[in-house]
Amino acid sequence: MKSFVSLTSVAAPLPDADIDTDVIFPARFLLLLDRHGLGRHLFHERRARASANEPFILSQAPFDKAEILVAGRNFGCGSSREQAVWALADFGIRCVIAPSFGEIFYGNCFRNGVLPITLGDPEHRQVMAAATSGAPLIVDLEAQIISLPAGPTIAFQIDPHRRQALVLGLDQIGGILIDDAGDIAAFESRQRAQMPWLHLDRRKLSYFDNLGKKDDK
Amino acid sequence: MDQRKDKTHFMAGQTLYDKVWAQHVVKNYDDGDSLIYIDRHLVQEVSSPQAFAGLIAENRTVRRPDAHVAVADHAVPTRFRSAPLPDGLAARQVSRLTDNARRFAIPYIPMDDHRHGIVHVIGPELGFTLPGCTLVCGDSHTCTHGAFGAMAFGIGSSECECIFATQTLRQRKQKRMRITLGGALRAGVTVKDIILALIAEIGVSGGVGYALEYAGPTIASLSMEARMTLCNMSIEAGSRVCMIAPDETTLAYLKGRPLAPDSAQWDAAVGHWRSLRSDDDAVFDREIAFDVSNLAPRVSWGTTPEENLPITATVPDPLAESDLERRERMRRSLSYMGLTPGVRLKDIAIDRVFIGSCTNSRIEDLRLAAGIVAGRSVANTVSAIVVPGSASVRMQAEAEGLDRIFQAAGFEWRDAGCSMCVAMNDDRLRAGERCASTSNRNFEGRQGRGGRTHLMSPAMAAAAAVTGRLTDVRTLGS
Repeated sequence: MKSFVSLTSVAAPLPDADIDTDVIFPARFLLLLDRHGLGRHLFHERRARASANEPFILSQAPFDKAEILVAGRNFGCGSSREQAVWALADFGIRCVIAPSFGEIFYGNCFRNGVLPITLGDPEHRQVMAAATSGAPLIVDLEAQIISLPAGPTIAFQIDPHRRQALVLGLDQIGGILIDDAGDIAAFESRQRAQMPWLHLDRRKLSYFDNLGKKDDK
Repeated sequence: MDQRKDKTHFMAGQTLYDKVWAQHVVKNYDDGDSLIYIDRHLVQEVSSPQAFAGLIAENRTVRRPDAHVAVADHAVPTRFRSAPLPDGLAARQVSRLTDNARRFAIPYIPMDDHRHGIVHVIGPELGFTLPGCTLVCGDSHTCTHGAFGAMAFGIGSSECECIFATQTLRQRKQKRMRITLGGALRAGVTVKDIILALIAEIGVSGGVGYALEYAGPTIASLSMEARMTLCNMSIEAGSRVCMIAPDETTLAYLKGRPLAPDSAQWDAAVGHWRSLRSDDDAVFDREIAFDVSNLAPRVSWGTTPEENLPITATVPDPLAESDLERRERMRRSLSYMGLTPGVRLKDIAIDRVFIGSCTNSRIEDLRLAAGIVAGRSVANTVSAIVVPGSASVRMQAEAEGLDRIFQAAGFEWRDAGCSMCVAMNDDRLRAGERCASTSNRNFEGRQGRGGRTHLMSPAMAAAAAVTGRLTDVRTLGS
């Protein structure tokens, strides 16, 4: 995973509340099998609907090069599709700042080198105003500080484990396999003894055609 | 006695969520996270290919193939099933799932199988969903399975990969919220109206950070199908996890299901499942009491599920909203929906009707809708489809003659799949078309680019099909 330490970029303001992942990445593009190259479908309908008078923010200089998105409340709610994060990352967005997030989206960000920052309303308003000015912000993950163009800084909090994983670009699966394999095996044998019904045996598995003889309904 | 009281006071009682959580902790980390063991994983074609690709790239194996069931539901067509898939991309996605299931020896249910269906319909039907288990799927409506007292939640593709490789997820425990439902529903009002009203009350982000528990006398009276509808839409209030304690209704539903425990294991499992309820002295971070007895049938008017009202209401006026952010939100919704403030909801004409989705495609939903449709006809301005949630629901409905009722009225009778809830196959709205839908999301473009969705119960959707406009099912003439 791409590591995230700090970032200096203009920030695109997108103040609408409740932007769902269907809006971020419309469902018909979910038929694509690859996680790469999805940026061209990011906010597809919003971009297509925009007019010359009212261009979509991410199609408009200097925000078309923004690596930071300052969004409204409950950003990324709805569908769990990780394509929403892949598309943002592929477009070049590395950090999303909002008053709140959809939970699954929030978690998906950390697994793709994208930093989601939750701010209280007053701080969020300040950052939104700064973003609208088009001047670059600095997001420093190690110090957990956003520096606004006019000088003031805003502190934010990221869970230490997640912060470290982002800073180091860690692969979480590899970490679990190395550090926790023994604990997982111990848990499994305990559970198999105590709650055997949670482990399908060969007889139950033969219910599936691809795993054994057909069980005649 | 006093001693016991002191002890319980010292160790405050546990909620249902606390119990299932504690039973799945592999280890606790210093920072407050836990490594949680995942018992069951439903795998579908949209969120899994990248996860499998990750496994292959890293040369990793699937730790426990028996903990997964794979089925294609999102992209599959709902008619002409025996023909090759008309959409090349969809065909590729389904065959990728088939290949991956074969490669990793994961249980797989093909599209033409009599057990095929939407993941959240067939999980319970198979008895794969069990009380007290942890169950995940790369799909946000996985909260549906909480109806059985499972700790079930939607995850992203990277997490699917983590489950395949490790059978665990690193998680932070959620806060707990109990929603106690009291009162009896009036005629014509269903559990769909309860959940729409609840979302309108707490808002689309009101449940963020909470594991919900639905409790109270109303719950006890609900069937498993109704409980699944309720739990299904918890994510629309922002909650990834919701639970209902298993009871006799749960056990009666599960007994004899193909993957449910049988013989001696059934008795052992039931013994455990009976302990899965919140203790009397359990403490919740938030409690809501909700009386359902005065609810009316509801319809959504906007582009988030919280934007819904009783059918007797009028389209709301943004100018009457004092909060500027909300006012702007309403304006945006009304503009997309093509609606004018002050218009009576029951005067809104519709073009399409969709009865289906993981929210409302089970046998009870179809019975309810068929009961309204029987002896009536779909309005000639409307095209209407019924998409059963699974092949099994479809067969049951056909055995009861429901298919003939729907078809005689002018509905199309389809094969199972997500269909027009997510519009990844050819079941989709055209721009500007307005749909009475039993699905779960009225987001912009959700049912097709430019399409306009009104969420409602199966009974209300059936009534709308008959009259050609949003209709109060209670006043539908005989």
